[in-house]
Amino acid sequence: MKRFCTGMVVLLFILIVAGLACAADTIKIGGFLPMTGAVAAYGQDANNGIKIAMEMKPVVLGKKVEFVVADTKSDKIEAANAMSRLIEKDKVIAVIGEMISGDTMAGAPIAEKARIPVVSPTSTNPLVTQGKKYVFRVCFIDPVQGDIAAKYAVNNLKAKKAALIVDRSQDYCVGLAKFFKEAFTKLGGQVAAETFCVTEDKDFSAQLSTIKAADPDIIYAPNYYSPVALFTKQARELGVKAPVLTGDGAQADELILIGGKEVEGVALTGHFHVKAATTQLARDFIPRYQKKYHAEPSAFHALGADAYFVLLDAITRAKTTRGEAVREALATTKNFEAISGKLSIGEDGNAVKPMVINVVKGGKFEYLTTINP
Amino acid sequence: MTLSILLQQLINGISLGSLYGLIAIGYTMVYGILRLINFAHGDVLMMGCYFAFYGILIFSLPWWASFLAAIGLTALLGVAIDRGAYLPVRKAPRISALITAIGVSFLLEHLGLVIFGGRAKAFYRPPRFGQVLEWGEVRFIALTLWIPLITFFLVLGLLYIVYRTRTGRAMRAISRDMETVRLMGVDVNRITSITFALGSALAAAGGIMWALKFPQIDPYMGIIPGIKAFVAAVLGGIGNVAGAALGGLLLGVLEIILIALMPSLAGYKDAFAFLILIGILLFRPIGIMGEKLPE
Repeated sequence: MKRFCTGMVVLLFILIVAGLACAADTIKIGGFLPMTGAVAAYGQDANNGIKIAMEMKPVVLGKKVEFVVADTKSDKIEAANAMSRLIEKDKVIAVIGEMISGDTMAGAPIAEKARIPVVSPTSTNPLVTQGKKYVFRVCFIDPVQGDIAAKYAVNNLKAKKAALIVDRSQDYCVGLAKFFKEAFTKLGGQVAAETFCVTEDKDFSAQLSTIKAADPDIIYAPNYYSPVALFTKQARELGVKAPVLTGDGAQADELILIGGKEVEGVALTGHFHVKAATTQLARDFIPRYQKKYHAEPSAFHALGADAYFVLLDAITRAKTTRGEAVREALATTKNFEAISGKLSIGEDGNAVKPMVINVVKGGKFEYLTTINP
Repeated sequence: MTLSILLQQLINGISLGSLYGLIAIGYTMVYGILRLINFAHGDVLMMGCYFAFYGILIFSLPWWASFLAAIGLTALLGVAIDRGAYLPVRKAPRISALITAIGVSFLLEHLGLVIFGGRAKAFYRPPRFGQVLEWGEVRFIALTLWIPLITFFLVLGLLYIVYRTRTGRAMRAISRDMETVRLMGVDVNRITSITFALGSALAAAGGIMWALKFPQIDPYMGIIPGIKAFVAAVLGGIGNVAGAALGGLLLGVLEIILIALMPSLAGYKDAFAFLILIGILLFRPIGIMGEKLPE
């Protein structure tokens, strides 16, 4: 009996060590991404970008990277669940995600408590990193975006009167609209009308009557791709000819697929365009992406990959996967040559980097200009 | 609000309301004979849209052929759901059928996610529907007029079936007393399947017109029109076909006009439908055209 017990203990010991050894062979990074739902395009785009990034850099600290995706379903409640699952069940050492500010803010407190660093590719609302130690982003923030959008409206589009349509169910849209309004009025512009919708809205005829009556020079629609596509389509059908300006949250292929010829001329402030790419990493990434997916990479692919590269860079500099150390390394990222441009991240978790302005022309996103910080 | 804006919104409202009405009829017919709220109805609508989408994309059918084929296929889907999910629980307490309906709804949505993918797809709009028409200051696309027209004829056709054919008579009889009708030698299961087929076909027609109007389809697209159509059916009197059509029209017009009058409340548009539901249930639960049927 004694021998049997000893044997079982030894067996158990061997199994545990073997298990630990297996676990210790890979570094697990979580993907906190919307693969389905209203912004499914972003999660799937980012995931594809990260897959290419993983082909380019599959190893960190001598171990292979394992990427585990949890679907947030573009929903705040599911986002919190997804973050919990990644941290507690999959035991990831860091998380990449989410793509939209509202969902990132839903999952952030859980990561903060568990001391797991979160790197968001595209959450631009300032509240995402405010007051948090473990949340970072590789993109610009909305006060800057609203400011640049207002300058573009006043200087390039010569707009004096603006009408807005704001998705009030999304933190990003509400925030960006506020920053645009502040900047636009400071430049002497007048907000002639402000209308509202929700992300799932399909019919904008009521909002459009108000906008049509206000006779604006431009329409600012800082919403996600589906509402912007449907809104612009209906606007043109109703004879509203004012140019439409939108933000980075609308730059998905679906905007053009669903909007059709009615979205020609829509201008967007955004993160990336292949023609604006200057870094070596971009020169490596873009052809690899084109080879695998037979298309040009766009903002969300590039930024998903950037989040991965920046995270791996931080882990390498920290020389460990411990949350506190990786966090310190992320907060001291200086002049990292990312795909979307040279970026630096500070103690506040925000990236300082250039912005691009794109416009829909000929059924594609065409590059207009870069704005440096 | 000027007259032309009012007219514009009225036309939009009637167009939207026709869609709600068409989809509501499916709910009301199934409730009439089975006393079951078919929660999967909105998702059946979604499947109809995807059938039409792939008919054009994969089989390169001309759009009208694809739409007709999709309506036919969706009718078959409706029958399959009836036979596969609801028939086995026909004798069980009503709550079981309700839960089954919710289960079918989830099943269709998630099947859609897996098979069609989570990203929205652009639905093809034939140019004749996208043509912009103008009457003075009132502008709309041709589709806005086609929708009530097509709905009118479909509803007429349905009313003919329900009130002038033997099958329709059987459907009306079953909605009064299923057991007695069974004793009279009528094949109740066959009539029920036909009801599902008709309701699902109308849902597909409504769904395709919805996808033509808002040319974006995704696996969850059926939820909102499904719920609004349900409210419309209750508003008009659940179990009553003409009531469903009326309820739909009313809901569509009210929704659009209310937002036109109070644009700052546009974000709460969907909430109005539910407020109307609560209101009707509180003050007149049998609905506008509802008849008090003996239990």
